Amino acid sequence: MTDAIWLVIALPLAGAVFLHFFGRRLGEPLAGIIGTLSVAASFAVGFAAALPFIVEEGAHGETVMLWEWMPAIGANLEIAWDSLAAVMTLIITGVGTLIHVFSIGYMHGDERFARFFTYLNLFIASMLTLVLGGNFAMVFMGWELVGLCSYLLISFWYTKPSAAAAGKKAFIVNRIGDFGFMIGLMLVFTNFGTLAFDGVFERVPEILDEGTATAIGLLFLVGAAGKSAQIPLYVWLPDAMEGPTPVSALIHAATMVTAGVYLVARTAPIFEAGPNAGLVVAIVGALTALWAASIAIAQSDIKKVLAYSTVSQLGYMFIAVGLGGYIAGIFHLMTHAFFKALLFLGSGSVIHGMHDEQDMNKMGGLLKKMPVTGITMGVATLAIAGIPPLAGFWSKDEILGVAFEYGGVGIVLWVIGLVTALITAFYMTRQWFMVFTGEPRWDKGVEPHESPRSMTVPLVVLAVLTVGAGFLNTPFRLTLEHFLEPSFELVKVAHPPEGWGMFALLAAISVGAGFAGMAMAGFVYSRPREIWERFQQGFGRLWEAWAAAYRVDDIYGATLVTPGRKLSERLAFTFDAGGIDGLVNGVGRAVRSVGTRTRVLQTGLVRNYGVGFVAGLLAVVIWLVVAGGGV
Amino acid sequence: MIEVTAGWYLSLAAVLFSIGLLGILVRRNALIMFMCVELMLNAVNLTFVAAGRALGNLEGQVAVFFVLVVAAAEVVVGLAIIVAIFRRRESASVDELASLRG
Amino acid sequence: MGDTMLTALILVPVVAAVIVMLLPANRKELALPVGFGLSFIPLAIAGYLFFHFETGVAGYQYTQKAVWYEAWGISWNLGVDGISLGLVALSVILVPIALAASTNITDRTKEFVVFTLLLEAGLIGSFLALDLFLFFVFFEAVLVPMYFIIGIWGSERRIYAALKFFIFTAFGSAFLLASIVALSVLHNQQFGAPSFDLRDLMSLDLSLSQSRWLFAGFGIAFAIKVPVFPLHTWLPDAHVQAPTAGSVLLAGVMLKLGTYGLLRFNLNLFPQAAVDAVPIIATLAVIGIIYGAIVAIVQPDLKKLVAYSSVSHLGFIVLGTAALTSAGFQGAVIQNVNHGLTTGALFLLVGMIYERRHTKQIADFGGLAKVMPIFAGLFLFTAFASIGLPGLNGFVGEFLVLIGSYSSIPGFAAVAAFGVILAAIYLLWAYERVFTGVPDKPENQKLVDLTPREIGLMVPLVVLMIVLGLYPKILLDRTAASTEALLDRVEQATTYEVPEPGRLADVFAGITEGDE
Repeated sequence: MTDAIWLVIALPLAGAVFLHFFGRRLGEPLAGIIGTLSVAASFAVGFAAALPFIVEEGAHGETVMLWEWMPAIGANLEIAWDSLAAVMTLIITGVGTLIHVFSIGYMHGDERFARFFTYLNLFIASMLTLVLGGNFAMVFMGWELVGLCSYLLISFWYTKPSAAAAGKKAFIVNRIGDFGFMIGLMLVFTNFGTLAFDGVFERVPEILDEGTATAIGLLFLVGAAGKSAQIPLYVWLPDAMEGPTPVSALIHAATMVTAGVYLVARTAPIFEAGPNAGLVVAIVGALTALWAASIAIAQSDIKKVLAYSTVSQLGYMFIAVGLGGYIAGIFHLMTHAFFKALLFLGSGSVIHGMHDEQDMNKMGGLLKKMPVTGITMGVATLAIAGIPPLAGFWSKDEILGVAFEYGGVGIVLWVIGLVTALITAFYMTRQWFMVFTGEPRWDKGVEPHESPRSMTVPLVVLAVLTVGAGFLNTPFRLTLEHFLEPSFELVKVAHPPEGWGMFALLAAISVGAGFAGMAMAGFVYSRPREIWERFQQGFGRLWEAWAAAYRVDDIYGATLVTPGRKLSERLAFTFDAGGIDGLVNGVGRAVRSVGTRTRVLQTGLVRNYGVGFVAGLLAVVIWLVVAGGGV
Repeated sequence: MIEVTAGWYLSLAAVLFSIGLLGILVRRNALIMFMCVELMLNAVNLTFVAAGRALGNLEGQVAVFFVLVVAAAEVVVGLAIIVAIFRRRESASVDELASLRG
Repeated sequence: MGDTMLTALILVPVVAAVIVMLLPANRKELALPVGFGLSFIPLAIAGYLFFHFETGVAGYQYTQKAVWYEAWGISWNLGVDGISLGLVALSVILVPIALAASTNITDRTKEFVVFTLLLEAGLIGSFLALDLFLFFVFFEAVLVPMYFIIGIWGSERRIYAALKFFIFTAFGSAFLLASIVALSVLHNQQFGAPSFDLRDLMSLDLSLSQSRWLFAGFGIAFAIKVPVFPLHTWLPDAHVQAPTAGSVLLAGVMLKLGTYGLLRFNLNLFPQAAVDAVPIIATLAVIGIIYGAIVAIVQPDLKKLVAYSSVSHLGFIVLGTAALTSAGFQGAVIQNVNHGLTTGALFLLVGMIYERRHTKQIADFGGLAKVMPIFAGLFLFTAFASIGLPGLNGFVGEFLVLIGSYSSIPGFAAVAAFGVILAAIYLLWAYERVFTGVPDKPENQKLVDLTPREIGLMVPLVVLMIVLGLYPKILLDRTAASTEALLDRVEQATTYEVPEPGRLADVFAGITEGDE
């Protein structure tokens, strides 16, 4: 089956190409169905190819070469199929299939219905390129292509200026990260002479000294921070919510934004050789987790809450992979993909039912109108709050355990993680209560309704996964761990503390934090609006700062964007047009002015020229006579 | 009997050349100036032939052939121009032909 | 057939030009179709050449040498290798496209077609000439048709632009000619006979100061042509004023005369001076990359924006040349072709919208994606190819250049990488302003989308962008031997050693080691 692994990428790609040319003619919903089927087929192939890893414990991956790309730098189009790639593939295609199904309902009636599925399919193919690439260049290719798809999908409704601007912003901020990533790649090539994983990872200990490894790791972190929306490059993700909600679910929650986590996990040997880089990754992750969570508290846009929540959860994953807990990180990546996709799709369902209303202040009391959405979102809320035995509990706890076990700085990170967990539980519960309970605060004319079957079925499936996926990797049964171990042979994977006592203690603390957050939010937001508005006002300016996301966008605007544009204008219109080109034209003018002055010598009278001629002749003769011609 | 040496020829050539030169400098009529140019050219020819004979080689005469050809070509073009100008302006005075003034 | 192929490649466009010229004056509508049809002959010849080109052979192929003027050692001396092959292919591909894009030229069509075909001959001749005198003749011959194309069929300030273009280039040519003659004189002194043959001149024994002066002479001519900062200001003017076909050929092929000249002549003839000049060249290249991109961001004119983006992209080529590594050279050679395709396509697209709206000002547009979806899609596609999106052609060259130059000049490479951010900014911002939003201006609401002819112009370019992006091997295989030979030449003639892993051989050694 591994020989046919290229089909995993080829199927959605073929779907995209096909839909690009024929989608419009196929119309609704056929284009959507074809798009969905291509991803589902890709999932099936991926699953079949992953079987060897499941059946045969400790099975090794292999690299399948497709064709030569840039052989001079060891970059070919090749697929590295191992258990890590398999997990990522199954998450991407699995969640992808569900979101495709959801989109058939959600995008109903959009005039560019087929185009939407073209882009979604292209995204799946790109994301798979990223996770299946057998060398850094191919990973980078996927890395950029998902950026492209993200750009296309965020600005899908391009007639809305804010959507167009958000897409552009996402791509450019990502590019800033890519700048770091690229320099990292250059360093890798300079040291190893190749970009192929085969030629790099095994030789890390013999080739890289700690300083270089740290440098490469930090440069990769820059790239990862761009793609995975970490401080200071997270600003694009909240804006990315301008895209259709299924896009937010698929790209900006479940898959693309986790690319940074995947990158760190994939390049684990390098981070192991430069542990300080890993520590920085973890610290950045922890700071981001807390920072974004605090912003999420005060958001009133249903999708903005989830966006900042995603940033925050990605921070968790960074803590894990930064401290060497690669499997914990991937585990959380997986569970997060399920419950966050569920949350986003649920919010999409709400937005759909509320006639494109996103402001939670104008919702309320929706549980009765939208029971499936309400209950499934409730399940996801419990999961993200870390309530056992839902998936979020197991994966989050494993990360916190890894941080705790690390000791030293790890303890600080652990505390930050706990606080974040509490805040997370708070804002998610707040969201659920604001949306689904209390008095309806709907605008006039809005009549909420439950979404069609094509939208609710994916919600239910994801809810089941959200409940069940955690059991893949519990301290009682480490299925995922054993599955992934062969992919991390070269490194020492960090684990939570051993022993049931420690497990119970840590779990109790974090569950306590989760419950505390939920209780606080429940206490406030289950009551009438005046109460929670008074509660929010109690925070004063702090709440305003949170609601304004600390005005980071304004700060970037004032410190980077505006001066940048000024510089550009100065260079273009003053220096280039005036200075350099002015110099060029100045030379031209100087020549002209010399000409103007000397032209009077040309009288046009032949006799004058004749006199000059004779005078010259005489001069020569005199010179010959007097000086003897210099002979 | 006075022997006619090369010096005589050269002196004659110098005189002819000076007359031609003077003519160019003082006359305004393009046709006259043109004839003066011819005079100068032939003065030079004379010099070439005389020098060639005095030095006993053929190169001087070869040069004369070149000059003759060039002069003939020059006459053709020059006269054509002068005639064209005369038709247009009813005058052959070079002082009026100053439109190349800078 | 074999050895007259290259001569045929140069002469066929000339003959085609003569045929077009002889067309009856009252049938001027024939000129464009006939010229277009005839321009397929060089395409076919070059295609044969390309696919029968022997890979893995370092030297020149299809060589032909006939004495032209023996006393001065000038000969009609042609040959093609991996460095020039791609450029020849690019020229023959872009000329038919440029002609087919010129249906809006109704005034003196015949002359336009003639000039374009002569331009093609000159460009191909420059890439094929192995005799420096012959090269100079072609290098100069290219100027004349381009001067007229800009000066006759350009926009309002065409005379200014054409003159500026001509004087700039001619200024550089003066140095080039002097240097070429000096080389020949030196050859006469050392070997007793003058010669302009590149391979003869490579065996000259030059003192360091001689080689530096001559390097500078060649360098200035090519730097103007590229153009390298700060000699670039003729380019935006020329592009803005030139008709579409002129811009396509100017940016697509003509600028490559400069980058090609640096690789072919400066490195081969003056290796030591080149090695010494690396910091200067690399500095100028990096300034070009960053500066061109920054200046492009705020340009109000779409064509000027693309012109400045050329300054930036060509900086990458120069940087790859200065890298003196395998990947750097390969990247430079590949980027030559790739930039021709993407920028050519961008100019075509700008031309299409200009024909409709008679303006290129970004501020005059807005929301075009709504009324011209195909146009918007093609523009975005080309923009991403130009930004260097992996999977499309622009990436391959840029990435190879960056990777290649990091081995030898890491600081420069790191700064140059910053250019990739800026490229995204200027193109996506322009796209946003032109295509997104609601088309609120009445002139824009009535615009019609691309015609089949216009789509047909873009199809070959789009296909090539994808093919070269995913399977650059077609080009890389053909360039590898030549770039390695050039690197050998530099290493043997100087004390320079390519740092590891700057050589192809190092790379493959790395892989085998890794497998053990």
